[in-house]
Amino acid sequence: MKRVAGGVLLHAVIIAGALLTLTPLVWMVSASLMRSGESTTLPPPFFPHHVTFGHYVELFTRLDLGRSVMNSTLIAVVTTLASVLINSMAGYAFAKLRFRGRDRVFGLLMIALVIPSQVGMLPLFLELKLMHLVNTLPGAMIPYLSSVFGIFMVRQYALSIPDDLLDAARLDGASEFRIFWDVVLPVIKPILVTQGIFNLLTSWNDFLWPLIVLSDARKFTLPLALANLMGEHVQDIELMMAGAVLTVLPVLIAFLALQRLYIRGVMMGSTKG
Amino acid sequence: MKGPSERQDGAAWLLVSPALILIGVFFVLPVIAGFLLSLTDFDIYAIGDPRVMRVVGLGNYTQIVTDADFWIAFKNTMIYVVLGCPLSVGASLGAALLVNAQRLRAKGLFRVVFFAPVVTTLVAVAIVWRYLYHPKFGLLNWSLAHLGLPTVDWLGDPHWAMPAIILLAVWKNFGYNMLIFVAGLQSVPQELYEAAELDGAGAWQRFRYITLPGLKPAMVFVTVMTVLGNFQLFGEPYVMTQGGPLRSTVSLVMLMYEQGFRWWRMGRAAAIAFVLFALMLGATLLQIRAQRERSS
Repeated sequence: MKRVAGGVLLHAVIIAGALLTLTPLVWMVSASLMRSGESTTLPPPFFPHHVTFGHYVELFTRLDLGRSVMNSTLIAVVTTLASVLINSMAGYAFAKLRFRGRDRVFGLLMIALVIPSQVGMLPLFLELKLMHLVNTLPGAMIPYLSSVFGIFMVRQYALSIPDDLLDAARLDGASEFRIFWDVVLPVIKPILVTQGIFNLLTSWNDFLWPLIVLSDARKFTLPLALANLMGEHVQDIELMMAGAVLTVLPVLIAFLALQRLYIRGVMMGSTKG
Repeated sequence: MKGPSERQDGAAWLLVSPALILIGVFFVLPVIAGFLLSLTDFDIYAIGDPRVMRVVGLGNYTQIVTDADFWIAFKNTMIYVVLGCPLSVGASLGAALLVNAQRLRAKGLFRVVFFAPVVTTLVAVAIVWRYLYHPKFGLLNWSLAHLGLPTVDWLGDPHWAMPAIILLAVWKNFGYNMLIFVAGLQSVPQELYEAAELDGAGAWQRFRYITLPGLKPAMVFVTVMTVLGNFQLFGEPYVMTQGGPLRSTVSLVMLMYEQGFRWWRMGRAAAIAFVLFALMLGATLLQIRAQRERSS
C-alpha cells in the first residue's frame, strides 16, 4: 500500500514539475496566436479566444524577419559543417598520429581551454575591423569555426580507435587523408553528431558576439532582430511572442528530432554548457 | 611504401593546421592583444587613428577598483553566482533523482521535457519571461494573487529584479546539469543499494551514504561549470532590465560591453575582461582546493 502511494506521489510531483517547466513555452505559443491586445486583459487569458496567424504574417512581410531567418540559418549550417570537419581533423591527429611537437602544442591548447571567450572579444572586433569583416556574415561566423573543447572531445573519443586498424590501411597503401576520410570518420561518427548539434544550438542561440559584430539590421541574426524588435514593439506582446516562437521553434524541432543522440552526448560529457 | 611505425609529420600538421590557424589568429592573438589593450587608453579616437593611443600601465586597473559602478557590477555578479549556483545545482539534483526513480514510467519523455528549456534561445525566452513577470497582466503575479499571496513588481523593484533573473536562469539551465547527474546516478552500482536495504538502511541513509558519495565526480563538474557560466551573465539583464532598475542587474560582462562598445573605452573594457577572467580562475581554483581538502 505504501509503495503504491509512493509511486502515485512520485508521478504527481514529476508531472507538476513538467507542466511548470513547459508553461512559459506553451504560453509563448498561445499568446502568439492571440489578437493584438488580448493578452493584456484581466483575467489574463491562457488560450486565445480566436486564433490568428496575423502576427506571423506581419513578421515576414512588414518586419522582414525572413532575412534574419536566412542569416541565422546560413551561419548555423556553415559553421556546423566547418567546425565538425576542422575539429575532427585536429582531434584525430592529436590522438593517433605521431608528429613532432604534438604533446607541447596540445598542452598549450589545454591552457586556452580555461580562458573565457569574452577576454578576447574586444581585440577580435578590432582585428576583424582591420580585415573588413565587421558587419559581415563571415565575421559573425568566425568564433564558431573551431573550438578547443571540440578538438579535445574528438581526441578523447579517437584515442579508442585501435592502431591495428590504421596500420592495416597503411599497409594497403592508403594515404593518411584517405585513412582519415574512409576509416576514421565512420568510426568517430557519434561524437561528430553530438558536436554538430551542439554547434548548431550555440551558433543559432548566441547573442553577445553577433551583437558586437553586426550593426546593419539586414545582417542581423534572429536573436538580434528579436532584441531590436523589442525596442519598437515592447507593447505588442502578441507580436513579440510570434517572434520568440519563430526564433525558438527551429532549434526545438532540431533537438526533438535528434534528442536521443544529443542527450546521450551530453551524458558522455561531450558538450560544454 | 611507408612502414606502420614511422611518424606522420607532414599529414598530421596538415590535419591540425586549419584548427591551429583559426584558434591562433582569432583566439590566442586577441587574448594576448587584449592584455596589451588593457594597459592603454585606447578609445574612440584611437579607432580612427591608433597613434593617439597612449600606454597607461595599470591605470585602467586602478581606475576600475576606485569606480563605484564596477563594484556595483561586481556585487550583482557575485549575488548571481552565490545565490544562483546552489539553486541551479539543487534543482538539477532534485530533477535527476525524480527522473531516475526506478518506478517512474516514461523516463525518456520527462528527460526531454526538463531538457527542452536548455536548447531554447536565451533572448527569446527572456522576452517571454519579461511578460510573465508583468506586474499587472503577468501570469506569475496573477497566480500569486489567486493563491492569496502578495504580488511583486518583479523587474521594476531593485530588490526583486536579480532574484527574477535568477529564477529565469534556473528554469533555463537546470536540465543540462540534470543529465550530468543522471549519468552519475547510473554509474552507482545497484548492488550497493540492495546490500544497504538488506542491512535495513532507510531511504535517507541510502541517499546520504551511497548516492551522494557516488555523485561526487558529477557534483565537482557541475559546480565548476555552473559557477563559470554564471560569472558570464549578460543576455538576461540585457533583454529584461537593461541593467536596471537603479543598476541593480548590471553584470561584469554587461559593464564590459557598455564600456567597450557603447562608450568605446576599449582599454578600460579590456581591463574589466581580465579582472573577470581572474575572478573565474580564482573561483575555480578555490573550488578544486575545497574539494581536495574535503576528500583528504
